[in-house]
Amino acid sequence: MKALTKKNLYILGAILLTFVIVQLLIEIGIINQFYEVTLATICINIILAVSLNLITGFTGQFSLGHAGFMSIGAYVCALTTMHLNSTVGFLLGILAGGTLAALVGILIGIPTLRLKGDYLAIATLGMAEIIRVIFLNMEITNGAAGLQGIPRYTSWVWLCFFTVAAILLINNFIKSSHGRACISIREDEIAAESMGINTTKYKVMAFAIGAFFAGVAGALYASYFYFLKPDIFSFLKSIDILVIVVLGGMGSLTGSVIAAVVLAVLTTFLQSFTEVRMILYAALLVVIMVFRPKGIMGTKEWYDLLKFNRKEEKIWKRRSR
Amino acid sequence: MDQFLQQMVNGISLGSIYALIALGYTMVYGIIKLINFAHGDVYMIGAYVGFTITTYANLGFFPALIIAMIACAALGMVIEKVAYKPLRSSSRIAVLITAIGVSLLLEYVMMFFVGAEVRSYPKLLSDQVFLFGDIRINMQQIYIVVTAIVLMLLLQFILHKTKIGKAMRVVSIDKDAAQLMGIKVDKTISFTFAIGSALAGAAGVLVGIYYNSINPLMGVMPGLKAFIAAVFGGIGSIPGAMIGGLSIGVMETFVSGYGNSMYRDAVVFALLILILILKPSGLLGKDTREKV
Amino acid sequence: MSLLSIHNLTKSFGGLTAVSNVNMDIEKGELVGLIGPNGAGKTTLFNLLTGVYVPDSGSVLLTREGQTKELGGLKPYQVTKEGLARTFQNIRLFKDLTVLDNVRIAVHQNVQYKLLSAFFHLDRFHNEEDKIKTEAERLLDIFQLSNKKQELAKNLPYGEQRHLEIARALATKPSLLLLDEPAAGMNPNETAALTEIIGWIRETFDLTILLIEHDMSLVMKICERVYVLDYGMLIASGKPEEIRANKKVIEAYLGEDVNHA
Repeated sequence: MKALTKKNLYILGAILLTFVIVQLLIEIGIINQFYEVTLATICINIILAVSLNLITGFTGQFSLGHAGFMSIGAYVCALTTMHLNSTVGFLLGILAGGTLAALVGILIGIPTLRLKGDYLAIATLGMAEIIRVIFLNMEITNGAAGLQGIPRYTSWVWLCFFTVAAILLINNFIKSSHGRACISIREDEIAAESMGINTTKYKVMAFAIGAFFAGVAGALYASYFYFLKPDIFSFLKSIDILVIVVLGGMGSLTGSVIAAVVLAVLTTFLQSFTEVRMILYAALLVVIMVFRPKGIMGTKEWYDLLKFNRKEEKIWKRRSR
Repeated sequence: MDQFLQQMVNGISLGSIYALIALGYTMVYGIIKLINFAHGDVYMIGAYVGFTITTYANLGFFPALIIAMIACAALGMVIEKVAYKPLRSSSRIAVLITAIGVSLLLEYVMMFFVGAEVRSYPKLLSDQVFLFGDIRINMQQIYIVVTAIVLMLLLQFILHKTKIGKAMRVVSIDKDAAQLMGIKVDKTISFTFAIGSALAGAAGVLVGIYYNSINPLMGVMPGLKAFIAAVFGGIGSIPGAMIGGLSIGVMETFVSGYGNSMYRDAVVFALLILILILKPSGLLGKDTREKV
Repeated sequence: MSLLSIHNLTKSFGGLTAVSNVNMDIEKGELVGLIGPNGAGKTTLFNLLTGVYVPDSGSVLLTREGQTKELGGLKPYQVTKEGLARTFQNIRLFKDLTVLDNVRIAVHQNVQYKLLSAFFHLDRFHNEEDKIKTEAERLLDIFQLSNKKQELAKNLPYGEQRHLEIARALATKPSLLLLDEPAAGMNPNETAALTEIIGWIRETFDLTILLIEHDMSLVMKICERVYVLDYGMLIASGKPEEIRANKKVIEAYLGEDVNHA
């Protein structure tokens, strides 16, 4: 099978190792309730960041409404598990949440994706606000009071699974011809269109995929923090995610992962000082943009930093000729 | 009918505020193609400066207004110099992100120092209410509309009868050509920010007086709505901003009065999206094409 | 039936008519030149043909294998699918991507794997990716860019950037290739080399070529026919030698006659 390369085996090994180690630490109790929250936050933020990065970093479509997609996933999963209280219900909720978020993403995408830059940003912001107002006024979501007592199914197992899945699937997409089509849109939309790329289709596709995973993240969130209200998914949440993407580097999945970890840890320390945290985040945005707009990783991934790549291509790839 | 006229009155007062803020957005966008996300927060700072002047220095409406306008003008110029100028040649996304950063910085630094609670302005204007049949117009509304009109007339004067105003108009048409003609582009841009911010500051004081409450996050919604107003009227167009501001104010008041006030914000956003999709250049704006 | 048939094509911007009632016919296999002073509307014509602009009136008909299709009103990617490819006057490469990626992206429309394969990197994905890479490398070889395939496009010297643009356009497997000032900024040696390449690719890829150029040596050397545009209108057409002696053409390039104020 062509996927069996040395690099892939290393990656699989690293994932299994991480999973086992963390699981052990949880069992022993070293990772207690408090740290578990940080862990959950890291995983959920990684999924949110890589999905936003696909839309904004790779396809160049500036989206300020990512929290809106997250909220759809959260509410759908919450309501599903509240009526179907089982692991099956949970997984169904995640799938349904992601899918509905993706559908909304397509709905939003088609009319707005002809807008550029600033206008698109504001339009996505507006869309997220409209979603929030709708949730605020719906019977089924209990309006401003929100939903409580959502059954908790999110565990390290599921967090790890979905985080890894999100990173792998999005990475695979980006490394494919479809992914390159998206990247070409970011680089020069007119040239891309002239080279046969249906730019509208790919912009909407990026939006849909990004929205899907944001929905998944939202679902995991709902089933972990078991309490939801529309205010959680405000513009500030979209900014939170944007800061992670910008810090890590727009166009680098590795960067998003690193930044998600760094910022989640920072958030945990600054938990009681929301204002300070926001001031730090805001200052970070300005400083990064003025002094190092590429962020931590720019558009490079971890394997670009190692000289792995070139040797690997020649020696280890098992290819049938 | 009376309901209608009353709503119109209320709408026009609200709209005047939006117009003042919208002017700042439109002028900055016209000159450097940037959506100054932090503009709404300059408005907030204006309100707080006015609050401080009236509460602690015990001065009246006009001094407070003038001082707030000056303070905001200065703030606007500082923001431009520190955060936007270094990014003049960067991508649009980069500048927008920076603007968001500046906005959040202003909000949360204020929150850190003055706390999130709402403050009230002291009573500055008389409580007089004018009755026209069943229609009430109170003194504050008159002050708002009159002040707004005076400031907008002042702006028109500056734009069309002064050298710097001419420079502003030229730079917004073609920055490079303006430079070649000897116009000091940097100074002109600074001045644009100063004027726009001063107007926002004035709006802040007026709102403080009218709604009588201020808080560090008060600039978010009005800022967004004023931006929508600027887009509606045609971003880059001064008369457009004025018309847009009034329209949005009236529209919002009517939705609130006749419809569901909960959906008030959503309606304004929906309007924005509609405009962007159907006629992004707004009512009075121009269509710009990318040369291939 | 000609490969490309342009009837009364017109496009205005505001009050300015950029292209006015242009009629052109291009037969399969021809190498046709399009010349005219700056601002004559040549690139605008290209933009109309490739769907970047929508014509105000008139039609653009492409005939292949007996089938005629109206190109006016199609979006650029659809026009490319029909077999028209172009390069840009101001070079629009994907600057921050590698040379290889620039060409690979243009191969996309002819690629055969769906999303599922993409997400899971199934065998189909690997097979198709190999094909894409081979195809792209073959094109780079022609333009002697193979050893630079991992370079970022923006780091290439100007002449090689222009070559890359042509390679990229060829990757879309066109029947008709539109070259917009391919020799701009090149010295005589480079221009001579380019002239050779253009002739070679026409043979090898069975192409029809329409090219905009200011460099008369190139036009005279390889174009079989030439159309001349001035102020959006066609003022002359014919063999290069005829065009060179044409009074109207000379006037257009040198500016207006003194009598016409």
